[in-house]
Amino acid sequence: MGLYSPPKSEAEFQKNFGQKKPLMNQTEAFYESSRCLFCYDAPCMNACPTHIDVPLFIKQIHTGNVIGAAETIFEANWLGNACGVVCPTTELCEGSCVYDNQHVPVIQIGRLQNFATSKAMAEDAKLFSAGESNGKKVAIIGAGPAGLSCACELRTLGYEVDIFEAKSKPSGLTVYGIAPYKITNEEVLDEIDYLQKQLGFTIHYNTAITTKAQLENLENNYDAIFLGVGIGATRQLGLEGEDKEGVIGAVEFIEELRMKHHEVQVPENVVVIGGGNTAIDAASESAKMGAKQVSLVYRRDRERMGAYNFEYDFAISTGVDSVFNATPVEILGNGKATGVKFIKTEVVDGKLSNIEGSEFLIECNLVIKATGQAKQGAFLSLIDDLELDKKSRITVHPETYQTTNPKYFAGGDAVNGGAEVVNGAYEGKMAARGMHGMLVDS
Amino acid sequence: MPDLSINFAGIKSPNPFWLASAPPTNSGYQVMKAFEAGWGGAVWKTLGVPVINVSSRYGSVNYRGTRMAGFNNIELITDRTLSDNLKEIEEVKKYFPDHAVIASLMVESKKEWEQIIKDAENAGADGLELNFGCPHGMCERGMGSAVGQEPEVLKTIVTWAKEFATVPVITKLTPNISHIIDPGLAAVEGGTDALSLINTIKSIVGIDLDSYAPYPVVDGKGTNGGYCGPAVKPIALEMVKELAKHVQIKDTPISGIGGIESWRDVVEFILLGAGSVQVCTAVMHYGFDIVREMEKGLTRFMLDKGYETIEDFRGKALPNVTEWKHLNLKYKVIAEIDESKCIGCDLCYIACDDGAHQAIAIPGNGKGRIPEIIEENCVGCNLCSLVCPVEECITMVRKDDGSASKTWDERTIAGTIPMTFDDERAGGNGHFVPSVADALKHKK
Ligand SMILES: Cc1cc2nc3c(=O)[nH]c(=O)nc-3n(C[C@H](O)[C@H](O)[C@H](O)COP(=O)(O)OP(=O)(O)OC[C@H]3O[C@@H](n4cnc5c(N)ncnc54)[C@H](O)[C@@H]3O)c2cc1C
Ligand SMILES: Cc1cc2nc3c(=O)[nH]c(=O)nc-3n(C[C@H](O)[C@H](O)[C@H](O)COP(=O)(O)O)c2cc1C
Ligand code: SF4
Ligand code: SF4
Ligand code: SF4
Repeated sequence: MGLYSPPKSEAEFQKNFGQKKPLMNQTEAFYESSRCLFCYDAPCMNACPTHIDVPLFIKQIHTGNVIGAAETIFEANWLGNACGVVCPTTELCEGSCVYDNQHVPVIQIGRLQNFATSKAMAEDAKLFSAGESNGKKVAIIGAGPAGLSCACELRTLGYEVDIFEAKSKPSGLTVYGIAPYKITNEEVLDEIDYLQKQLGFTIHYNTAITTKAQLENLENNYDAIFLGVGIGATRQLGLEGEDKEGVIGAVEFIEELRMKHHEVQVPENVVVIGGGNTAIDAASESAKMGAKQVSLVYRRDRERMGAYNFEYDFAISTGVDSVFNATPVEILGNGKATGVKFIKTEVVDGKLSNIEGSEFLIECNLVIKATGQAKQGAFLSLIDDLELDKKSRITVHPETYQTTNPKYFAGGDAVNGGAEVVNGAYEGKMAARGMHGMLVDS
Repeated sequence: MPDLSINFAGIKSPNPFWLASAPPTNSGYQVMKAFEAGWGGAVWKTLGVPVINVSSRYGSVNYRGTRMAGFNNIELITDRTLSDNLKEIEEVKKYFPDHAVIASLMVESKKEWEQIIKDAENAGADGLELNFGCPHGMCERGMGSAVGQEPEVLKTIVTWAKEFATVPVITKLTPNISHIIDPGLAAVEGGTDALSLINTIKSIVGIDLDSYAPYPVVDGKGTNGGYCGPAVKPIALEMVKELAKHVQIKDTPISGIGGIESWRDVVEFILLGAGSVQVCTAVMHYGFDIVREMEKGLTRFMLDKGYETIEDFRGKALPNVTEWKHLNLKYKVIAEIDESKCIGCDLCYIACDDGAHQAIAIPGNGKGRIPEIIEENCVGCNLCSLVCPVEECITMVRKDDGSASKTWDERTIAGTIPMTFDDERAGGNGHFVPSVADALKHKK
């Protein structure tokens, strides 16, 4: 087993993590764009959460107006470059391309999108500028996709924008969470840099907002506040042995991987617990880091997995083994994890239950828990009158994204409970318009 | 932001994008929908004594994966009553007073022209277009291209129209003639305010192999149709250029028509002198929404080049369209292959070896497929760069030093052109030509 050897240099890391959707060359873009039918009321456009005018931008690529295509994309989606390669396109735009109805390969919309925006970024094409100042100020907490998108939109509407970000880099989970074979750190940061140069919002890095006093300060100094804080760290499982060395949350594991690349050591045997996209990513990434045996263990069956099919198939292609219908009982080891004891499960009367006496052991030196992230409940409770739903998601108005505290708006994972970059981009933009409606248009 | 608005022979329009007189302008519903989508003007489907159309009206040329690369039709002028059309023109003008609505007209007698012009003006038309173009059906009755092909008749009708009209008169020309200047000049002499072209080209797009009849087949028979769509653009561009360069015609505004589908096409027509453009087939293929691609592309072009209005670049290519005899015979380009891009299809090789000048070599014998240009044999014809399927893989690189220029005209004056059949000054003299027997090497 083990399709990859552990990368010992940045070059080897890049080789193992080769881009799944590499940049198109001009010839590819020419032929691919020539195939688009320019459908009426295009299904691809309707399937995009940000409603990018797909047939228009593809036609623009084909007629040599590539920069114009980039403009069409960014007008709808401020993170259009990243989205081109990180969006689950087979579930969204490409999944609804009409070619599929006749089993003709669908248009590679994501890569065409990334082709156009990459060109605009490489040429530093000036497509946008800040709107005339309206004298209003907005504070944004969190420089993830939602916060950044909100910032861009607000700047075009003439607001002064300050973003407060706990970390030292912008773009949240796009740079700290998404699998490295989807996008490189440089490409993520280039897009933010490109937008920031044109629109001029301020990001205060290493500035976590954590206290009531800080929040009051923002409330006093800004006309509105946007919460783009995402969701939190990996949730504790409450398992025996969970505190052993070699047990790590998936989000934390991936973050370290994204920041340190080949310097991260992944042992030969890895167990990943969970059935969502994050679990799948952690498993594929472990395999690409050279682990010989990666076991992805999910407590239900294949059909109930939350992960997208294409992600699961990809994990299998990297050499990951999957184990279904098993749930962890205990993490074994003397200080350091050496294995996980599982018990088999079955569904009885619609309820998942353990099969007595069916315990089994998988040996490993690294246990990655991908069993969901804790929400930002504690922090959010510092804000007066802010209503959260049962799953600790911030309650917002469906169009304006205003929270139950009228000064606060919110979007992204903190509101949708954990979706995709494209949803954060859309919700941040809509919240900006919601604020504008409240502060200026009314 | 650049200003796209135009004043075309006195007809004001928010942009140069007009719908050509054709099915997309059949009704007020369509024209309104088009204006909402962003079109600046519309030439109404030709008015006259209403016709009866056949069923099975269009045929097309599909080239490889591309449908309707060429399109043909055997439809006639409007089949709706004049009063219905006029009522709708009036209504559209109420909603869109600043958009251009032009009534296309085709009737026979002077009396009819007088009447229909008055009616169209009363309905609020901003201009009139005289349809002397239709190459099927109507011409059999002495109208359409039958008029367009007879400069004297055309001139007379233009004179009538000018006599009755108070709004600008545009004369729409047929390309089914050998010399576009003849009808163009006749129209100008008749006093036309503007010209538009081209109407459709007489055509047969194909034959049905079961019924042995031309498309579109009407109950086992067919007739010649009018050809349009992307395939006709080169012909339209050339004719627009002819008129725009002619001393007696060049001051008459020209509306360019024929194969326009994207912003690039629009820019090309304007560079050759067109003051507005008209579109039919592309709208029939994709709907009114395509105007957004045109509008965005034109705007970007103008921003990139620093143009503020359409007039800033209208006709800018005209000085560079010259006669063959004024082209520099010393100019020399040679094909260059970017090996890193080449995919080894060897289309360039076979194109050059069989169809040009045997100036490309391939390794052969299983030693790879990357071709090589034999510089001394290459005449710089461009063929390989045109057949190469890879973007920017074969480029034509200038090899002369750019200092000397010698045209055919200059050589004629200098007396250095070939004069006799075996003149040593033959351009190809000294060029490499393989020996005849070399062809046998390829025998299978
Ligand atoms: C492992 C993993 C893989 C993923 N893969 C994909 C994928 O392939 N494609 C895709 O489209 N999406 C993917 N996603 C989802 C996507 O990354 C998120 O939906 C998106 O980043 C959410 O954006 P956001 O702005 O709401 O939150 P985040 O990206 O989480 O950004 C929140 C930001 O707020 C900051 N912050 C939080 N609290 C505070 C505070 N109190 N003060 C200051 N700053 C604060 C954080 O540091 C962070 O920068 C993945 C997610 C994960 C976890
Ligand atoms: C179906 C059809 C009907 C047309 N009817 C008219 C007409 O009534 N009057 C007219 O002046 N031109 C008519 N035309 C010609 C168009 O206005 C236009 O000149 C021609 O189609 C070239 O433009 P295109 O390549 O954009 O289609 C017709 C064209 C088509 C395809
Ligand atoms: S559905 Fe497919 S073919 Fe149709 S417009 Fe979208 S990408 Fe083009
Ligand atoms: S396009 Fe419309 S009118 Fe024409 S044949 Fe099809 S359905 Fe009938
Ligand atoms: S046509 Fe282009 S791609 Fe094909 S062999 Fe020649 S240079 Fe290579």
